[in-house]
Amino acid sequence: MSDKVDITLTINGAPHAISVAPRKTLVDAIRDDCGRTGTHIGCEHGVCGACTVIIDGETVRSCLMFAVQADGCEIRTVEGLATSDKLHPLQASFIKHHALQCGFCTPGFLMLAAGAIERNPDMSDDELIEVLSSNLCRCTGYENIVKAVRAAMLEMQAA
Amino acid sequence: MKPAPFIYHRPKTVEDAVALLAEVAPLDGRILAGGQSLIPMMALRLAYPAHLVDINGVAGIDRIVVEDGELVIGALARHARFEKPVEPGPTGQLLAQVCHNIAHFPIRSRGTFCGSLANADPASEWCLVAATLGAKLVARSEAGTRILAPRDFFQGIMTTGLAPEEMLVEVRLPMLPSDAKFGFYEFSRRAGDFALASSLTAFRVENGVIAAPLVGVGGAEAHPRRIPEAEHALLGQQATMATFERAAQAAAIAIDPLEDAATNAGYRRDLVRTVVRRALELAISQSERPQ
Ligand SMILES: Cc1cc2nc3c(=O)[nH]c(=O)nc-3n(C[C@H](O)[C@H](O)[C@H](O)COP(=O)(O)OP(=O)(O)OC[C@H]3O[C@@H](n4cnc5c(N)ncnc54)[C@H](O)[C@@H]3O)c2cc1C
Ligand code: FES
Ligand code: FES
Repeated sequence: MSDKVDITLTINGAPHAISVAPRKTLVDAIRDDCGRTGTHIGCEHGVCGACTVIIDGETVRSCLMFAVQADGCEIRTVEGLATSDKLHPLQASFIKHHALQCGFCTPGFLMLAAGAIERNPDMSDDELIEVLSSNLCRCTGYENIVKAVRAAMLEMQAA
Repeated sequence: MKPAPFIYHRPKTVEDAVALLAEVAPLDGRILAGGQSLIPMMALRLAYPAHLVDINGVAGIDRIVVEDGELVIGALARHARFEKPVEPGPTGQLLAQVCHNIAHFPIRSRGTFCGSLANADPASEWCLVAATLGAKLVARSEAGTRILAPRDFFQGIMTTGLAPEEMLVEVRLPMLPSDAKFGFYEFSRRAGDFALASSLTAFRVENGVIAAPLVGVGGAEAHPRRIPEAEHALLGQQATMATFERAAQAAAIAIDPLEDAATNAGYRRDLVRTVVRRALELAISQSERPQ
């Protein structure tokens, strides 16, 4: 069974029937086999958070799961945040508050924040900082990311 | 890096998991629980098991229930479940406080309590809890079930008393009495990092003096354990800063410190003195706050 296994990854509602070796991590399968390259790979060992996605409602590191483990699960990635004509409030807020420069870490931060806000739509500043401390950004710095997420959270509460 | 190839198994019951483990353990097979330690180790090629027995599809092993005065924690109970108290007493509150020090939110949504114990990192917060509260660690194999005490379970750095073909099916934590005071303090260099030293303490105050003291230290030695010298310094004494300082000093002297390039033995002892004292102070200051 170290041979390839047939699985279906449902990404943002779309099923992808693929065949993967068990050792393939979920993030590699999302990018290489399903062609959804919005999810990034940084460290491949759980430290940077670039690969953060939401699986069956849980915010997880997709480099710390094997693709075979996500067979049949609902996976949400950054490509699923915007609707056809409208950015997600988090995305709009990242632009407004200058929360990205190179953008490498951004998909991970967006999914981290989206998952955290869904779990607790009313995080205190301390809770927000605790959540955001999980991911690394090498160029923007964290102040603007915290500002952007806080503003989006307030906007989502009002909506 | 990419993990090395392995053969993947996904049992649906504990019986099947244990049967598979019996078969593949001699061939370098292991359990895959939350994967939050094992997969990084595989990605770094520090581990390359030939078989993985993934227990994430096993039904009914994620329970967290109170039974006979013990908190029963199943093999698939993930860290995040403890972020809010799992029961209203001091044990639930203690676990919630400790939980926020374990890694980060996305890692806590997958990693498991039992996986942390099986992994036995010297700095693991759950290992400190299990050692301090005197957990019963329930190990199952095809040969049957046995219950290990922390002193038999924790044997060294990432080394436990589990046999390769044994699965840790659950942990039973004795619950603290409702009037217990507890304090947890850890020092790490960055939020979410492993602790350089940590301490968990619990005691009651009876007729103005300390009764049933527990003092555990983690991150400083090869595995977390209770420090009898510190507990002795507390027993029957008034809960004053002077008493706490004596207990902290006793702990600093009693430990056999881990050393690395950035952390020499003297520094580790200083840290232990500080974390034990702060844990004890928190035990008093938290209990004065209205709940
Ligand atoms: C960035 C990062 C930061 C972290 N920070 C911390 C931290 O501050 N504190 C901390 O304690 N941990 C930390 N961790 C580790 C995390 O808590 C892991 O979840 C935990 O150590 C292992 O649990 P798991 O369920 O993920 O086990 P796995 O990774 O699946 O397994 C770990 C080991 O235990 C064995 N195993 C697992 N379950 C069982 C079982 N039921 N029976 C027998 N053997 C079993 C496996 O075979 C493997 O050898 C961190 C991890 C990351 C990636
Ligand atoms: S690539 Fe997954 S955490 Fe860095
Ligand atoms: S924007 Fe460049 S790493 Fe964060």
